[in-house]
Amino acid sequence: MDHISIQAEIRIGMNDISTRTKIQGSSHSVRIWRDRVFVAGFVMAVLIGIAGLFALMLDVLIDGLPFLDFQFLTNYSSWEPHKAGILGPLGGTLWIVGLTALFTIPIGVGTAIYLEEFASKSRLNRLIELNIANLAGVPSVIYGLLGLAMFVQFLFNGSRNVTAGALTMTLLVLPIVVIASQEAIRAVPSSYRDAAYAMGANRWQVVKSVVLPQAMPGMMSGIILALSRAIGESAPILIISSLVVVAFIPTSPDSAFTVLPLQIFTWIGHQNPEFRGIAAAAIVVLLIVLLSMNGVAIWIRNKYQSRPEQ
Amino acid sequence: MTTTPNETSQEQLERVAHGRRRQHLEQKIITVLLMAAALISILTTVGVVILLVSQSVGFFEEVSIWNFLTGTEWAPHVSPQKSGVLELVSGTLLVAAIAGIVSLTLGLGAAIFLSEYAPERLRRILKPILEVLAGIPTVVYGYFALTFVTPIFQSLFGPDQVSVFNALSAGIVMGLMIMPMVSTLSEDAMVAVPRSLRDAAYALGATRFEVATKVVMPAALSGIVASFILGLSRAIGETMIVKIAAGATPNLTLNPLESIQAMTAYIVQISGGEAAQGSIEYKTIFAVGLLLFIMTLGMNIVGRWIISRFRQRYE
Repeated sequence: MDHISIQAEIRIGMNDISTRTKIQGSSHSVRIWRDRVFVAGFVMAVLIGIAGLFALMLDVLIDGLPFLDFQFLTNYSSWEPHKAGILGPLGGTLWIVGLTALFTIPIGVGTAIYLEEFASKSRLNRLIELNIANLAGVPSVIYGLLGLAMFVQFLFNGSRNVTAGALTMTLLVLPIVVIASQEAIRAVPSSYRDAAYAMGANRWQVVKSVVLPQAMPGMMSGIILALSRAIGESAPILIISSLVVVAFIPTSPDSAFTVLPLQIFTWIGHQNPEFRGIAAAAIVVLLIVLLSMNGVAIWIRNKYQSRPEQ
Repeated sequence: MTTTPNETSQEQLERVAHGRRRQHLEQKIITVLLMAAALISILTTVGVVILLVSQSVGFFEEVSIWNFLTGTEWAPHVSPQKSGVLELVSGTLLVAAIAGIVSLTLGLGAAIFLSEYAPERLRRILKPILEVLAGIPTVVYGYFALTFVTPIFQSLFGPDQVSVFNALSAGIVMGLMIMPMVSTLSEDAMVAVPRSLRDAAYALGATRFEVATKVVMPAALSGIVASFILGLSRAIGETMIVKIAAGATPNLTLNPLESIQAMTAYIVQISGGEAAQGSIEYKTIFAVGLLLFIMTLGMNIVGRWIISRFRQRYE
């Protein structure tokens, strides 16, 4: 069916069905039938995606639920599957998230403010924007290598500590925060800024007291998404931490550490297959944390989008 | 704020001037700080390039680039040393090709349904559900591939035909992970096709399928191609799924049921502490990392360039 045959159909008119059929090669009913078959195909694509998601969730729940109890959250890792818990990696993950937030929020939001409110559209600033877009596509293992060389070996003299991990994660999630914050800042109506400038405010005062409060919800949802990425990411931490068993919670920024996804990875590869159930139980905990964080981010975004003033 | 001189005393004038100076200084400091934050991203890129290139130079002094790129055997840790990266590249490309087929089929189908068929209310329910797939950690997908998908193939084809670690399971599961990305980007491209084009085709008596495949898809083709390229680049850089489910056996094969080793899986295997810093084995990870960086960067630049060209056409 190309445009010419459709046009031919129109020219011939609706009443001369036999001529129309000859010219088009396929009858009206065939076309309708083909339409329906392909709709079924498109619906299938959506359904297979959703079925995959549910299969994944069920697989994890069935394997993991028998091991999931309160002790699982409060025990350290153990050689016996039924005594093993996730206290060590849970503490490590909290440290990583906390420190990553501490580093990422000022740098990411600062970059976005600079690019949107302070920078002229010079070649350097276009380069920065292009660079951030490309950084978002750099594989996470590469960040791991960078963190190993720059933070572990150069900055901390070979100490594979939790700050090195958080700094690496910061570089990894920074593009997410910058891009989300830029979008949030762009969404603030320029009339707000003009009003503040008209009252004699300088650029920083406008940003501080007008733009930032307005852009806050959009930035928050970007920050939460970035932090949930930092929680779920394991390849760079596998390179930075390289610890298999951690029976302690990191007590200071220079403590050794492991994180939840890395612990899951270690348990999946354990010789004793019973540890796969433990891994699944840890996955359930990880997914609950991540899905609720994503839920909060989406909730903030929707609430923000539905506001009338735009 | 502003006060006229004849209304104020000398002290007031000075106070205002002082406040102004302070604000001006504050603004200057803030500007420098913000610019420093923005420069961190440039430094990150520079750091990555310097690190990968400088460490690879040491490797390429011992192994020629030609041997590295064309050799078909990979065993840098044994002697005589064999440093042909093709075994790792083929593993990566095999998994990425499977992931590409799965994510393009599912993602494009879903995008057509969501943009051309689904009523707005259904779209609002389906899209967030599909996007959950993109937020699940890769280590979880690795677990799913190893404990759910591989056993299915083993019972289908027989356990002696299907290795416990294989490219097929890893590729399929990775395709599922990338599907929302392909679907969202393709849908964005289709939604951007002007309504008038659709209306014209409907007015000529076209069915929805004909509108979708003969009007909307050709018009959105560059966006769809870009989504596919970006998805493939993501598949090439993905680590944990291939590390967990695809194996650790460098293998130049097209058989997706065999165990392979991807470039990323090799990097984490060696950098996890096994190799001594400065040894030839340690240097290989940076050479492999450099190749990986060039491959993904090239694909990302092409994909983004196509998208920006496409946007200009309709906006």
